[in-house]
Amino acid sequence: MGNRDLEYLRAKARRVREGIIRALGVNQRGHLGGSMSSADLVTALYFYKMRHWPDNPQHPDRDRLIFSKGHSVLAQYAALAECGYFPFEDLPTTKQLGSFLQGHPEKDRTPGIEACTGSLGQGLSIGLGMALAARLDRRDYKVYVILGDAELAEGQIWEAVTAAAFYETDNLIALVDHNKMQATGKIAVLYDVGNVAEKFAAFGWRVLEINGHDMEAIVDALDEADRYAGKPVAIIAHTIKGKGVSFAEGVAGFHNGALTPEQYEQALREIAEGGV
Amino acid sequence: MAKQACPRTTYGQYLVKLAEKDQRIVALDADLSGSTMSCLLRERFPQRHFEMGIAEQNMVAVAAGLSFCGKIPFVHSFSMFLTGRAFEQVRQSVALANANVKLVGSSYGFSDFGDGATHQALEDVALMRALPNMTVLVPVDPEEVEEAVELALEIQGPVYIRISRSPMEYLAKEAPGASLLEPALMADGGDITVFANGLMTKTALEAKELLAQEGISLRVVNVSCVKPLATEHIQRFAADVRGVITIEEHSVIGGLGSAVLEALALAPKPTSLIGVEDQFGQSAQSHEELLQHYGLTAAAICERARLLMGKGAK
Repeated sequence: MGNRDLEYLRAKARRVREGIIRALGVNQRGHLGGSMSSADLVTALYFYKMRHWPDNPQHPDRDRLIFSKGHSVLAQYAALAECGYFPFEDLPTTKQLGSFLQGHPEKDRTPGIEACTGSLGQGLSIGLGMALAARLDRRDYKVYVILGDAELAEGQIWEAVTAAAFYETDNLIALVDHNKMQATGKIAVLYDVGNVAEKFAAFGWRVLEINGHDMEAIVDALDEADRYAGKPVAIIAHTIKGKGVSFAEGVAGFHNGALTPEQYEQALREIAEGGV
Repeated sequence: MAKQACPRTTYGQYLVKLAEKDQRIVALDADLSGSTMSCLLRERFPQRHFEMGIAEQNMVAVAAGLSFCGKIPFVHSFSMFLTGRAFEQVRQSVALANANVKLVGSSYGFSDFGDGATHQALEDVALMRALPNMTVLVPVDPEEVEEAVELALEIQGPVYIRISRSPMEYLAKEAPGASLLEPALMADGGDITVFANGLMTKTALEAKELLAQEGISLRVVNVSCVKPLATEHIQRFAADVRGVITIEEHSVIGGLGSAVLEALALAPKPTSLIGVEDQFGQSAQSHEELLQHYGLTAAAICERARLLMGKGAK
């Protein structure tokens, strides 16, 4: 897509956040916090960086995005809808019985969803498989994987990090949504995953570290990642859980919480006013 | 002596043969390629064989990613690690996505006799059978190993193939199924039907010989495809006999025996399940020694058959 107009991208990010709230609805629990912290990353990928065709979701040369932190898929649903993969008006059907928008992403149910994730730790491996396939087929698509920071406790992540370094998959880019929270509270208190950037670097990855809500920094980092050959790239994005909705920012209860009708309206109002 | 072959070698050679024709085939292994014999594909097509280190969970999910881009990955390890260690990756990354991934579990049951309980998969069929979208194949002889690989390639979706470490005889069939998906009549008889698979089918044929001398006639049916189970065939083979015996190199919980009972639930027959009785394996100095110890023998089939015929223990 490649529109580097930052105001345009910020407007799209507001639209993605609105979509998250509309998918969440009222009085139904949903993963607001992690969806909001990923929203700017997702926006930059779908509306700036990724080569993709909403009217042809299976195009073999498309760039792929996998939400390994599958619970935050509301952000991806909202972005896919805003891109035109399906109507934005369908977002409120999320999690209804029979809906094509499941609580966690399911390949083949939803246009634009590339894998099944939700049980944490598996998405980077799937992305690595796609990156290896691209090499075998001499195709130049890229594979982006969004990881949660708390998800880095899963051992399989480090199996995949090791394997990607060994296979030198420079077409694989991991984005760590580093919001410093796990479901039940602060990572630093409950289960510290340590210095994420140093860990990826120690495993042989190129590492970039940015503010994950600074649109200019995000697009710069995504462009920078293209310039590295021979190594996979990790973009460590420092974020705020619940970003964009004042009463949810940094609040563990909104990891998987429900909005009252008043909170729903307030969230939409704050997003429209565009504090982000 | 009857003609026999090492099924792992047969497998590895046949995979290479298919890979010559089908560019989509790739292989992954977790440092066991010399045992699973995926090493043969590595020698022929080094670019299409991925050594994934001793990291089965990553390997299985990487295979899913390869399949989503049009590859047909054959994923190798010992049955235990592939279906056990990576169970949830098989469930979410592969089965839920209906990924076109072929899981080839080697050295199942007691065939890795020396290594003991940690390496002896006696619950892999139960695990794989419980997953939607999964096909479960247990070849009876080297020829069926080739058929299983061929069938796996035809099926759009995940397949689990169980391959023994021990040599297998080529077995003749009285009436093969249309494909491995259908049970095969190995030898007909009128009193009791024995459903078996893998090496246990030959054991059932031995029991048939022994019981013939006592006037008990066994029908031996080989069930290489445990899932989806050809229910109507199972019912037909069991309809006109007095009882049913199942035998498998697996726990009696959740494997072929359970599947047969499910198939016969609406037209039940007195049924006796032979398998490993809710225990772990252990080390021994031969495969045969363990089969004897855990009662996976022709003598065990004979004893159960006599009971079903009301003739008591001899």
